[in-house]
Amino acid sequence: MSYARRAFVVAWKDLLVERRSKETLNALLFFALLLLFVFQFALGPDRERLAGVLPGVLWLGFILSGLLALGRTFLVEREHDCWEGLLLAPGDKSAIYVGKLAGNLALMAVVETLVLGLFVIFFDIDLARAFPGLPVVVALGTIGLAAVGTLFAAMTAHIRAREVLFPVLLLPVQVPVLLGTVKATEALLLGESLASVAHWIKLLAAADVVYIVVGLLLFDVILEG
Amino acid sequence: MVRALGWLSAVALALGLVMAFGVAPRESTQGNVQRIMYVHPPLAWVAYLAFGVVAVASIVYLARRRAGADRLAHASAEVGVVFTGLAIATGSIWGKPTWGTWWTWDARLTSVAILFVMYLGYLLLRGTIEDGERAARYCAVLGIIAALDMPLVHFSVYWWRTLHQPPSLMKPGGFSGSATILWPLLVNLAAFTVLYAYLVAKRARLLRAETEALA
Repeated sequence: MSYARRAFVVAWKDLLVERRSKETLNALLFFALLLLFVFQFALGPDRERLAGVLPGVLWLGFILSGLLALGRTFLVEREHDCWEGLLLAPGDKSAIYVGKLAGNLALMAVVETLVLGLFVIFFDIDLARAFPGLPVVVALGTIGLAAVGTLFAAMTAHIRAREVLFPVLLLPVQVPVLLGTVKATEALLLGESLASVAHWIKLLAAADVVYIVVGLLLFDVILEG
Repeated sequence: MVRALGWLSAVALALGLVMAFGVAPRESTQGNVQRIMYVHPPLAWVAYLAFGVVAVASIVYLARRRAGADRLAHASAEVGVVFTGLAIATGSIWGKPTWGTWWTWDARLTSVAILFVMYLGYLLLRGTIEDGERAARYCAVLGIIAALDMPLVHFSVYWWRTLHQPPSLMKPGGFSGSATILWPLLVNLAAFTVLYAYLVAKRARLLRAETEALA
């Protein structure tokens, strides 16, 4: 089996399990809706004030649901004792990383689309104005989050207190991604052009490349034993 | 050897203290509080040095799988976290009378704070894994990622905001202050670097004794 095929099989298996059980997705969608309530209650109904903090709140929503989704990356393998099965897959182990990453990205794309839709309805954000830029920023930010998240999920899968440790390790590393996405989203929602946030786009792209390369190189080390 | 390092750091720190109070002039606007600047930059320098050593030792560990490299990374991370904490504390003590605030989300302060929590997480990860070999592997991965993340953190935070004064020693054009300021600073830099080496050597030796006692 080729490298791409092996990665695809891992992603396909995860998405198939998810489609049939809908375990993570249903909970995530519901969680996203609840987050919206929480933000609304915490920030109050004042539209003027909401507009100022909206980019931060939006990314808080993405990151919190991302933490939940990414933390469960290896749950199926752990709970159903399929870890050895995954390890027995022939060839370069980084194909498993690519597959898991692709599965996570697909899952997060669904959740983020819904969160964005809810924000349009409840917080009245003008998506059309930020159109070509916002999807780019969201995609770059999500790739950065998922690339490290997938790696750390493998790392915390077998240790005590993994639910606590996973966000504690992931969040500090994700600071550049968080700052870049929030600042770029803020500018784009104000109607500025994609060119005006080019430095943030470059930073996010650089972060994505660094995280993915590190993930590919070091995933093997984590799976060893 | 380790003991000699200990004595050397004690002597150098004493000399640094004398120079900071005896040789260095009293700053005309900030007053004596400025003398904390003979301690604060050396602490920050050692923190960066310590985390650099963690990254290099992590790479060496993954390449060679020598327990010694892992112990070096572990010891250096612990000392680095302590020195980062001290750098933040001394900066705060200086910042209150000078900037009028204990803390501000300036670029440099923010990136040091992120560094601090990142390596606290590193030590937390070490603490939760019982199996020594697994702890070494996972922490090596985290040590490498944290180091690679630092330039990204630096740029993102810098674009986000800035207030800290630009570096006074390592900057284009060189140092512009007088020799009575430069020498006390350099002596303290050397003294804290030797102290770092001593603490890491001592801690690494203790870690080895721990593993041998448990084996």
